[in-house]
Amino acid sequence: MRKEVYITDYNCVTPLGFDVSSNWNALLEGKSGVALHKIIENQAPFYASVIDTEKLSEEFNRNFDYQDFTRLEKMFLLSLKPLIERHPISGETAFILSTTKGNISLLKNQTILPEGVFLSHLAQKIADFFGFKTKPIVVSNACVSGVMAIAVAKNMIQAGKYKDAFVVAGDEISEFVISGFNSFQAIGTEVCKPYDKNRDGINIGEATAAVYITSKPNQNGKFSFRVLGDSAINDANHISGPSRTGDGLFASIKNAMTEAEVSTEQIDFISAHGTATIYNDEMEAIAFNRMELQNVPLNSMKGYYGHCLGASGLLESIISMESALNNILIPSKNFKETGTSQPLNIIKKNQPAVIKYILKTASGFGGCNAAIVLEKC
Amino acid sequence: MKKTDICTIEQSKIILNNEIIFESQTKNFSEFSKEAYKSLALNYPKFHKMDNLSKLAFLASEMILKNDDHSKTALVFANKSSSLDTDFKYQESINSQENYFPSPAVFVYTLPNICVGEISIKHKMQTENAFFVIDEFDEEFLNNYSAQILQSGKAEKVLCGWVELYQESYNAFVYLLTL
Repeated sequence: MRKEVYITDYNCVTPLGFDVSSNWNALLEGKSGVALHKIIENQAPFYASVIDTEKLSEEFNRNFDYQDFTRLEKMFLLSLKPLIERHPISGETAFILSTTKGNISLLKNQTILPEGVFLSHLAQKIADFFGFKTKPIVVSNACVSGVMAIAVAKNMIQAGKYKDAFVVAGDEISEFVISGFNSFQAIGTEVCKPYDKNRDGINIGEATAAVYITSKPNQNGKFSFRVLGDSAINDANHISGPSRTGDGLFASIKNAMTEAEVSTEQIDFISAHGTATIYNDEMEAIAFNRMELQNVPLNSMKGYYGHCLGASGLLESIISMESALNNILIPSKNFKETGTSQPLNIIKKNQPAVIKYILKTASGFGGCNAAIVLEKC
Repeated sequence: MKKTDICTIEQSKIILNNEIIFESQTKNFSEFSKEAYKSLALNYPKFHKMDNLSKLAFLASEMILKNDDHSKTALVFANKSSSLDTDFKYQESINSQENYFPSPAVFVYTLPNICVGEISIKHKMQTENAFFVIDEFDEEFLNNYSAQILQSGKAEKVLCGWVELYQESYNAFVYLLTL
């Protein structure tokens, strides 16, 4: 009998708010963080979901005295603080940080590497601030990192190595990332439209998200979500192009559902990746259809938050749990007309629903995919 | 768990199960990897497009995976410097307004898990994969994580690897685990 693992608390810091309830209320009103922003000097602005730096500083100053942190680190600290106040850290508590690029902005015009660009240094700095006793673990698997971080926590707790875990995920907007995706011609010319016929690329976003994962469910009437299954299978196809067959995503979902012992009919809601590039969304539609999940209500949160890279999977998991707790499905923003060769049941407006089993997926560069199954307890 | 094959690459040497299978006089990693590729007759032209971290991970993995069936072998890799070697090169291409040439071929390698993707593609491994960044090689951590994958039945073997590279400083320690 394997140990049960539960998510019992979470928080997030995004352009829509610095806690979960302000994010949830903004989503119910259909608000989006995506807007035109000047990010690179001498270049036209890009559509991106950006946190207001001034508001972030004010919020940080209200919560912390010590100031020697980068902008991204401040976002990490703000997302973690309320969880740490509610759950004690022990010698058997893991600290798992998910990011793709960390403090990459510090690299600009440097001739030697500043310490802060090392992901392990970033993680240790945050771990030391809060007094974690175990060595931090950084998950860096491109855009599936945030989903995978939940799986890593589950697996390490099941292995008996830790009793509980704080999982935090974050990435910020940088010239590095925007210029790179732009060189791929992957950035949308307008607000992104996942799965829509007129989609033409991603909007980059930024956020941090944190969850508390433990082997003990909440007893005090607060929520618990059991992490039932996980998998992360590679497409073994191309390092930057999505698979034409959806093999890796299909296998990840299949494995995660097998481990969860949950059937297709039982899945109530899919929080998909949906970046709004032509090929990614098409690949997902193929994979979901191969799994016969095409009738399950599905959304992508990218129209609200953009693509927050290593943070997206964890942030979107939190929003999907919030959906389940509020019994409301949130629409896939900016979707109008089917734009994939195979059908999906894309959520078009706020609608009431009973949600017990959630499937969360993600896919990324390097051919990586990840899927987890969550159960509302 | 049993650790079967072990490959180490450092100081211009490739060592498989305690036997030196290739060594070179050059101290330059690009030269070394090119010579190794030729000498070991790897015959995989995509190798030349890879960044140095991927070349390092690929060379070490090739020695162990060979042409065997790896349809149930997971990949669990880690390092300290993530993709900073290529990050640094990419950043140089966007540092100045006058010489602003971001290249998608370079940018795609600014993620450490790309090297795992390269190995997966070569051996058609549609299997579990993970990349971690930790400040020093921690075999116990990699083995604990791999044990979970094996015990849950998600894979029959795990290719584990520490693949660290920044500029001319590199070292790979890659090994195969079974239950």
